[in-house]
Amino acid sequence: MDLFLQQILNGLTLGGIYSLVALGLTLVYGILHVPNFAHGAFYMAGAFVSFHLMKVWGLNYWVAMVGSALCVAMIATLAERLVFHPLRKASGLHPMIAAIGILLFLEAGAQAIWGADFHRMQTPYTGIINLAGVTAPVQRLLIIGAAFTMMVVLHLFLTKTVTGSTIIAMAQNRDGASLVGIDANRVAMLTFAISGALAAIAATLYAPINLVYPAMGHLVITKAFVIIILGGMGSVPGAIVGGLIIGFAESFGAFYISTDYKDIIAFALLVFILSIRPQGLFSKGAH
Amino acid sequence: MNYLTGKPGWLLLFVLGLAFPFLAKNDYHLTVMSTAYIFALATVGLNLITGYTGQFNLAHAGFMAVGAYTVGILTVDYQVSFWIAFALSGVVAALLGFFIGLVSLRLKGHYFSIFTLCVGYIMFLVIEKWESLTHGTVGIIGIPAPTAIGPISFDSPRSLYYLVFFFLVLGVWVMHRIVNSLLGRTFVAIRNSDDLAESMGIPLMRNKLLAFMLSVFYAGMAGGLYAGFVRFLGPGLAGVEHTFDMTMYMLVGGLGTLLGPLLGALSVPWLTQYLQFLQEYRFIVFGPILVLLVIFVPHGIVGTYMGWRARRAANAVATTAAGQPAAAAKEQTHA
Repeated sequence: MDLFLQQILNGLTLGGIYSLVALGLTLVYGILHVPNFAHGAFYMAGAFVSFHLMKVWGLNYWVAMVGSALCVAMIATLAERLVFHPLRKASGLHPMIAAIGILLFLEAGAQAIWGADFHRMQTPYTGIINLAGVTAPVQRLLIIGAAFTMMVVLHLFLTKTVTGSTIIAMAQNRDGASLVGIDANRVAMLTFAISGALAAIAATLYAPINLVYPAMGHLVITKAFVIIILGGMGSVPGAIVGGLIIGFAESFGAFYISTDYKDIIAFALLVFILSIRPQGLFSKGAH
Repeated sequence: MNYLTGKPGWLLLFVLGLAFPFLAKNDYHLTVMSTAYIFALATVGLNLITGYTGQFNLAHAGFMAVGAYTVGILTVDYQVSFWIAFALSGVVAALLGFFIGLVSLRLKGHYFSIFTLCVGYIMFLVIEKWESLTHGTVGIIGIPAPTAIGPISFDSPRSLYYLVFFFLVLGVWVMHRIVNSLLGRTFVAIRNSDDLAESMGIPLMRNKLLAFMLSVFYAGMAGGLYAGFVRFLGPGLAGVEHTFDMTMYMLVGGLGTLLGPLLGALSVPWLTQYLQFLQEYRFIVFGPILVLLVIFVPHGIVGTYMGWRARRAANAVATTAAGQPAAAAKEQTHA
């Protein structure tokens, strides 16, 4: 039973991180209809900026997280302005390849600045809490708490504020949103900024129990793609539910099946689900 | 007559390819060129499904690795002769492509790309983790060189170069036959609008599946050649970075043209050679170049050139039309 609860805790941790990354991806997809392959690079950049701020500037963990969120939000907005905006009328393949260009650039950039080595990020929260027989590292609890707080904040922002509603309106109908006077450029930039910030926060939360290296975004971003396909592209609740499904599938799979193959589980699940339901789990229309 | 993209241009390329070993200063250049040919062959295949049929397959490098590992495993672990293993490399990739295509081609647009991205990851992870079959991260070492056919042996870089060159020429020629046939036009119809194609009576799934299998057959063959040429295999070959590389070649040259992917696949590696001093940082230069290309030269070198030709021809028609209305009417029926 304890081991079972342990897996639930792991699943929530992974699921929280995946959901945050997938949320950024799904927001951008909702607005631009571009699968942003560079999102994994934003995630990686977030981890490195936090790492740098903490190690070189000696900043506090939370300050570093905010700093890195701002920094990555800026990179993402720049990417929107310089790359995706000029391509907004191009066919589906071109923005996708441009995103790959950004990905290659950011990864090589990180490697040039910080080297190809693996780095370990320090966290002030190294303790372990014992909850009814389940040992829970504080960092993991922190991840769960912070990730779900972020989701609630994002949800409130999207539904309760006018600025947030413009994002939803834009995702629902671009022309309609323009007709009622919503500035498409502003919304696109804002969405990219939010998506970048979410990626940076997720990376800073997760990095202390993982490692920081230039290719760290690859697997996470691929899984985030799995999640938004499962949850329906552009759907916010779908990204959260999908993230939790993948998180749990992985933590239980690693425990009951094999740690070696745990990374395959997410992809195998996707292949299996799409073989039966090509339209994804939650979306109604066909793709 | 279009000299650069017509017969004379191809002949020139062929002669250059034949003469290259005599122009190259050293064996290293031959090796670089041969490797470029192998990836060019795979890129020509990728272009069939992406450029002509409009489905962006991100698992292409995975299929290349499947072909390569077919040769590697059969020759090293089962002592099968290279040529039999090589003949099987494309077949195994195409067979796997049949099953993967059956599932993945039901998805459209971005969903297909992301699905194949995941398939590519599964291939990479399986190759890396299934140690009893693929030797895991250690890789397969000591793959025998292609065995001699009669008097022709393949032990020098020059003979290997000609071997790879032969298969590239064969591959491009077959691709030329495919894309100019009714089948090729069917693929283009699907790319331009699958709804329209379907309403004209084209069975979508069957044709997309065929394009997919042909495309990965090329990837498998290229992989088989890679195994025989490099003679060492690691799971890295299946990495999505290689698919990204091939996509870049395709885009630089021109998507959906026969010559484009070839030019891209041959010129970019040489550019990389000259940017060698940048080593792993070369993507700091390449990333932005890729973005700029996509924004400003979306049709690639060959596509832009052909567009320019077409516009010039149209202008020529328009000027004659102003002077001689009767002649122009005749011209326009040709145009």
